[in-house]
Amino acid sequence: MANTVVNPTRMELTRLKGKLKTAQRGHKLLKDKRDELMKQFLDTVRELRSLRAQVEEELMRVHSSFTVASALMSAQAMEQALMYPKQSVELTMTFQNIMSVNVPVYHYQTRTDDTGDIFPYGFAATSGELDGAVAALGKVFQDMLKLAQTEKAAQLMAEEIEKTRRRVNALEYVVIPDTQDSIRYITMKLDENDRSTTTRLMKVKDMILKEAIEERQAQDARAVKAFGDSGEAPTEV
Amino acid sequence: MANSYQIAVLGDKDSVMGFKALGLTVFPVESVEQARSTLHHIAREDYAVVYLTEQLAAQMETDVARYKDELTPAIILIPGKEGSLGMGMENIKKSVERAVGADIL
Repeated sequence: MANTVVNPTRMELTRLKGKLKTAQRGHKLLKDKRDELMKQFLDTVRELRSLRAQVEEELMRVHSSFTVASALMSAQAMEQALMYPKQSVELTMTFQNIMSVNVPVYHYQTRTDDTGDIFPYGFAATSGELDGAVAALGKVFQDMLKLAQTEKAAQLMAEEIEKTRRRVNALEYVVIPDTQDSIRYITMKLDENDRSTTTRLMKVKDMILKEAIEERQAQDARAVKAFGDSGEAPTEV
Repeated sequence: MANSYQIAVLGDKDSVMGFKALGLTVFPVESVEQARSTLHHIAREDYAVVYLTEQLAAQMETDVARYKDELTPAIILIPGKEGSLGMGMENIKKSVERAVGADIL
């Protein structure tokens, strides 16, 4: 609390108690979310690491095949050979919901069904190395797509985890303690008010009693005096 | 939301030429400037995945980072012709650090 001023009223107290309850519940839920997300994220990352290592290695092999091919063929011939692709790829994207994080799932569709049928050129004018390179690339492509999916998922989850972690911390270290402080302050203030009211009432009661007693004593004194003066039995009043 | 998207490959000509045979959309670029503007152009179109060579990505990190939290496009680094710079692995490490607060793997 400290920096904010709260009205020490019963209504404010009820409001704060509600707020504390919500904050505590939210804190618990977010913490669970963070833990589960973290678990999923670490699984994804482990998969991603091995996938990436594999794809990078395979791609380097493909690149070296292409280099050999381009050494055996003229640049123009190679460009010409690859210029008009026979194959085309369409990607459809659906979403998977992992703990309220939407991660993409890619499905791809090729125009020709046969995955071996990807050579956009006749074999007569090209080097065999190029065939090997293209075929290898075709093979690594599936892994590349999987890599893309996993990596994007990891990125999105990392962002969400960061957000959730901050929320959890804000609730745990700021909102909840602040509210508890305010509640304590109001409770104490109200109790203090109660006590001071009681004390005041007791005091007032004392004063009234004292007054009454004094009055009575004065009356008695007057009565005794009147009796002494007349020397007779007191007449009925 | 199953729309159809395309896949782009962005990099120097020698590194990306092969992908053309697979039917991916290839954007051969010669300079970083060109790569930058092409990337932003691609991002506005229907491309779900962009493969970018590490050699280029090394020189345009801020541009790549902009799309990190977006659903599309997913920018995936691939080693170019000159070999891997280890940036892809580095990025994984960074996202772990971002999520956990420390590199725990």
